[in-house]
Order: sequence, then structure tokens, then C-alpha cells
Amino acid sequence: VSIDAPRPCWVVMGGSAGSVAALEKLLPGLRPELAVALVLHIPPRRASQLAAVLGAMGPLPAKEVDDKEPFRPGAIYVAPPDYHLLVEPDLMFSLSTEAPELFSRPSINILFETAARALGPGVAAVVLSGANADGARGAAEVRARGGRVFVQAPTTAEYATMPQAVLSACPDAVVLPPERLAVALNALLDAV
Amino acid sequence: MSAPRQKDPDVLEVQLLLDALYHRFGYDFRRYAPASLRRRVHQACVHLKCATISELQGRLLHESEILDQLLGFLTVQVSEMFRDPAYYRALRERVLPHLATFPTVKVWVAGCSSGEELYSLAILFREEGLFDRTVFYATDINPHALAKAEAGIYPLDQIRLFTENHRGSGAAGSLSDYYSAGYGVASFDKALRSRVVFSDHSLATDEVFAEVHLVSCRNVLIYFERALQDRALRLFRDALPHNGFLGLGSRESLRFSPESAAFEDFDRENRIYRRRGS
Repeated sequence: VSIDAPRPCWVVMGGSAGSVAALEKLLPGLRPELAVALVLHIPPRRASQLAAVLGAMGPLPAKEVDDKEPFRPGAIYVAPPDYHLLVEPDLMFSLSTEAPELFSRPSINILFETAARALGPGVAAVVLSGANADGARGAAEVRARGGRVFVQAPTTAEYATMPQAVLSACPDAVVLPPERLAVALNALLDAV
Repeated sequence: MSAPRQKDPDVLEVQLLLDALYHRFGYDFRRYAPASLRRRVHQACVHLKCATISELQGRLLHESEILDQLLGFLTVQVSEMFRDPAYYRALRERVLPHLATFPTVKVWVAGCSSGEELYSLAILFREEGLFDRTVFYATDINPHALAKAEAGIYPLDQIRLFTENHRGSGAAGSLSDYYSAGYGVASFDKALRSRVVFSDHSLATDEVFAEVHLVSCRNVLIYFERALQDRALRLFRDALPHNGFLGLGSRESLRFSPESAAFEDFDRENRIYRRRGS
């Protein structure tokens, strides 16, 4: 008799203005076997300490991604400042210095779209507080390929524009405050 | 029983386009990292008004004049001078003093694109008094990018960023000593390319052409799959003598490559490596 291994679940997450406050509530609740890729819009020259700050918030260590690093459970992979972060079909990350999208590099849409294509139903996309619409198009692509979409409840977000834009693009997205998002993501590990 | 393995039609379409490009024109993008390449193929389709990638493939075979435009999309030409000033500062303070011990110095800027990294290095070498005994090989697969590099003309609205970066590299002088401004552009001093050999060279299909003391190849390997990265790194290994230097982009690393054994960390933070003796 074999016990089913937990269903792989790849979390891709994005946020902008106000999202660090949300992460302070979300990250402490995550189970350490999750795999998380994260794009935050942070001015390039202020982002160098970001991974250390995020890693200290919860059980998952955080690291700035190196090109062609494998996407594995047990860590938060943070997009480096001034690079797009993409998920390749063979489950490695790649980076790109192509032009910003919606004035953003890294772009949440690009992370979400490439993850959706690489991982299909294995993806859970999470969108947090932010003052622009990056992430909405990518979330729709995640949904179209059978993945799940979660958004921070706009009422709990410092800036509701980003979560609202995702809700317009994916009306069936799951809407939760940050602490409960952690619970919902953990539950994906147990779903068969 | 499962059905025979079938490829996603648009994965197949990209593959067929790249095969056509290779077999018809010799440009080999087949081992580029697929996620970002696919995005650029889509951009090319939109720009060239092709409803499908297959249509683009057909046009490429029958109207070869669109080759240049397609190459422009498939190669990435967004760059800035002195991007990551700390890299150039490390070259200035730690690498150039070594290079200064040679009577002549050779530098390979691999995948130079429109030339921002090349001019940054040329200015750095001039500031450190090495320019007149250095030869720079600037190579790329895209002839239009090479022509831009040779022209050395950049939009004036980028100069503020370039200037700030240049200052961050530890420069004593001003970037404005090296260009003249007018009509919305900055034209860099012709003398900066007097010691540059511009050349068509592919890291995917060509071989080593010279021994060099420094290879600078920043944010080029990120567009390659690991196997192609390994090929490029093998070329760099073969181009560099014992103690030669290799500089990569700030998030590029040798640690996933079998070629890492041929190099040692010289400046880990700034991704500068040094060739080991064999």
C-alpha cells in the first residue's frame, strides 16, 4: 500500500504598493513544503534586502533567483530587481531584461503566463495589494489553463486596484484576507 | 493505455519556425530558453500581422526580406550603459590592474547587441589608461544590432541613467567627455571604436576565434537553455588562458554548468570568474 504523495502545487504570487504589509500576514502561515515564486514591484535600487526581509517573515527561506535555478518546493523564489522572472517548461526559472510591461520589470503577468503554460492545473496564482493592473492578464491565463486564482480581499488591501483588476478578469477567483490565503494555499498540498 | 504523446500545436509551431530559420538562413535559436523566446515570437507575429506562427514561417520562407525584422524580435536589444555599476567598479578596481601587466590586452564582448556594454568597457579602459593597448572584439548574430553598436548613437533621454551608472562605477571624470549631444541623441566619440573589431559571431554555432584576457558577456546567457549556455561557456573557457577573466550578468551563474570546474570565483558578488590552470 502506498500513500499518495502530496499533489504538487506551485504558487506564483505578485504584488505592488502595500503588498509587503500583506506578506507579513501571509508568509508566517505557509507550510514549509510549498514552492513559491514572487514578483514584487520595488524600485531596483532599493530591492537588494528584499529576500532577507521576506525570509525572516515565515518558515520558508527566500532567495533572489539566479538564472536557470530549478523551481522546487521549500523556498520563496524572489524576482531580482530589473529582471523579468519566467518559468520554463522544464521547471527552471529564467530571467529576461526585455522591456518593462505595464511599466514594470519584473512583470507579474509574465511570471503568471509562463507558469500557466509550464504547469497548467498545478499553478495557484495569488495577487496582493497594488496600485496598477499588472497580474490580471496573467491570472486569466492561469485560469484558462486549469490553475487556481486567489486574490487578497480588496477591503484588506492598502491599494485595491490590483486585486480588483484580477477580479474583473477572473470573476471566480477566491477572495480572502492575507492570513486566510495562507490557509487556503496550505490546503492545496493536501488536495489529491 | 494512453494515447500517443502529442505536442501542443503552438509548441510545435514555434519549433517548426525555428527549424525553418535554421535550415533556410543558418540562425540557430533552437536551444534558446522557450518561455521568453515564445513571447518574442508572438510579438513578431503581432508586428508582422501574422495570424499564426505557421503563417510567419511561410512568409519567412517566401519573403526573405522579413528575416531582418524577425531577428530584431528574437534577439533582445534592451540594454543600458554601465548597467550594474558595481560590476564595472569591480573591473576597474580589481581586474584592470591585472590586465595592465600585459603589453597588449584583448577583450571579447560576446553578444554585444547595440553596444552599450562595449562602450562602457571602452570608456573604462580609457579612464584606466589601458585603451591604447587593448583590442576589443564585439560580436553578435544580429547585423542590425552590430550596425547600431558601430554607430554608437543612443537616445538622449537615456543619458541621465547612463551618467548616474557611470558615476557609480567609480569614474573620476564625466560621461559627457565621451559623447556629443544634439537632435535628441548622444553620439559617442568615434575614437572609442578605433580599437574595436565588430564581427558576426554566434555562440550557438561558431567556434573560438582568438585568445582573449577578458570575456564580458552580460545578460546574454539568460536567453539560452542550459545546454546552449554550456556550449557558450565552453567557448569562453577555450578563449581564455590560465587566469583569464570572465564577467557575467548579475544573476547569471556558473554553478549549474559542468564548465564551472574550469573557473574559480574571483568576485562572487559581481559574477566575475577566473580561468583555472589546466
